[in-house]
Amino acid sequence: MENVNRNEQGYLTDFSQWTKEVAQEIATEQEIGELTDKHWEVIEYLQEKNKNEEPLSIRGIKKSGVINIKEFYALFPGGPLKMSTMVAGIPKPKSCI
Amino acid sequence: MKKLVILGAGTAGTMMANHLVSKLPKSDWEITIIDQYKTHYYQPGFLFLPFDTYTEDQVKKEGKKFIPSGVKYVQKKIEQIYPDENKVVLEADETVNYDVLIVATGSKIAPDEVEGMKGENWHKNIFDFYTFEGALALRNKLRNFKEGKLVVHITEMPIKCPVAPLEFAFLADTYFKKKGIRDKVQITYVTPLDGAFTKEKCSKSLSYLLKEKNIDIVTDFAIEHVDNENNKIVDYVDQEVAYDLLVTVPTNMGDAVIERSGMGDDLNFIPTHHHTLQSLAHENVFVIGDATNVPASKAGSVAHFQAETLTDNILLYIDKKSLKEEFDGHANCFIETGNNKALLIDFNYTQEPVRGTFPIPGIGPMSLLKESTLNHWGKLAFRWIYWNMLLKGIPIPMVGRNMSTKGKKI
Repeated sequence: MENVNRNEQGYLTDFSQWTKEVAQEIATEQEIGELTDKHWEVIEYLQEKNKNEEPLSIRGIKKSGVINIKEFYALFPGGPLKMSTMVAGIPKPKSCI
Repeated sequence: MKKLVILGAGTAGTMMANHLVSKLPKSDWEITIIDQYKTHYYQPGFLFLPFDTYTEDQVKKEGKKFIPSGVKYVQKKIEQIYPDENKVVLEADETVNYDVLIVATGSKIAPDEVEGMKGENWHKNIFDFYTFEGALALRNKLRNFKEGKLVVHITEMPIKCPVAPLEFAFLADTYFKKKGIRDKVQITYVTPLDGAFTKEKCSKSLSYLLKEKNIDIVTDFAIEHVDNENNKIVDYVDQEVAYDLLVTVPTNMGDAVIERSGMGDDLNFIPTHHHTLQSLAHENVFVIGDATNVPASKAGSVAHFQAETLTDNILLYIDKKSLKEEFDGHANCFIETGNNKALLIDFNYTQEPVRGTFPIPGIGPMSLLKESTLNHWGKLAFRWIYWNMLLKGIPIPMVGRNMSTKGKKI
């Protein structure tokens, strides 16, 4: 993690530095715990959406069927979108200000 | 005769018609613009209509008046685009062929995407202000609103004019103060994001605003449904926010014709090159304004800056030359903060809004990311600029298509 650039809030500023080990370290630091297969499935989905420049929303994730939304909240406590994007190494959903 | 067709006569489409009419040789090119609606709305005015600051007549005019002579104006519904066949089918099976297509079909609210939103209380105690009808119905409701819980709510991003709901909350604070009933109205701002301000410098500079205006905030709220019976919005983990009056910004989506034509993403926005504005799927299809999926704000100023680059690129495309990778996501927006003050922000894809002076570096007279009365007058003056300069494609003095870093504290 020493060589990984993160912003003040903890998000990676360069996705090329993301590895599964980095993800696990962020997850541990954010008290998400050991990442399971279901976590990885969601992370891959988010990274794919981000690559295609598609905006992320809970409603969109529900529609995609990738995960049950209550389960998504349980997997990433403390705000599922902002936590899962941090672990996935991609920017959190933002506004213009 | 070659054909250039523009779909949508909103802000972006109208500007493109005005730019291109003087640039494309009339002997070779026929320009057609198609839009089913007769009225052109000044959408930034929808923020002011509910508070009786603007009248109905100030925010709408007949669209045809802004289409230049020399451009064929067709007021018909677009049924489907067939980009592989270079044609568009309109109502009553009318076919329009094109050599170059510009899609400027915008974005719309989609309240049906959330259960219970467009239910029995829609425009009774649940309102949008992103449509003329919604803003007008809300004005009538606010005129008689005496006390209770006002909840200003965003369903999900991206939305058109992302700061508008926050501005609405600020203006509501001023409105109720003026009416002498602020102590009887509780204002709560509910967002799916992790704060009202999500960018570092904005958050540092502006967080005082909510506290100063006594506006409560609920963050990370992803709405699951509206409970019409108990007047509550409910999220996926059963968190509830009660309201007497709900002002919501529903999911924003690209036009349904984009979905019918198979050209969009999940939200019907068209995958578009960030810097050339050419669609990624078809080289003779260009996209501008809210219809694109580019990560710029969905705002009139963005469409204005895009229009200058896109005009150049259409001409380059026609001449079979390589396109300019020029558009930088430039946006320039006034943000009302109430009490006759406003902020001004100037930013692009990579540079977040910062403090500084605008448009003349070091002088101003506008100040960036800082409240001032002058910024407020700038926002109000913008209505005139919109109808008289912006739609006609007249450049705004000293404000270039690409963002300048001069005068900014980066």
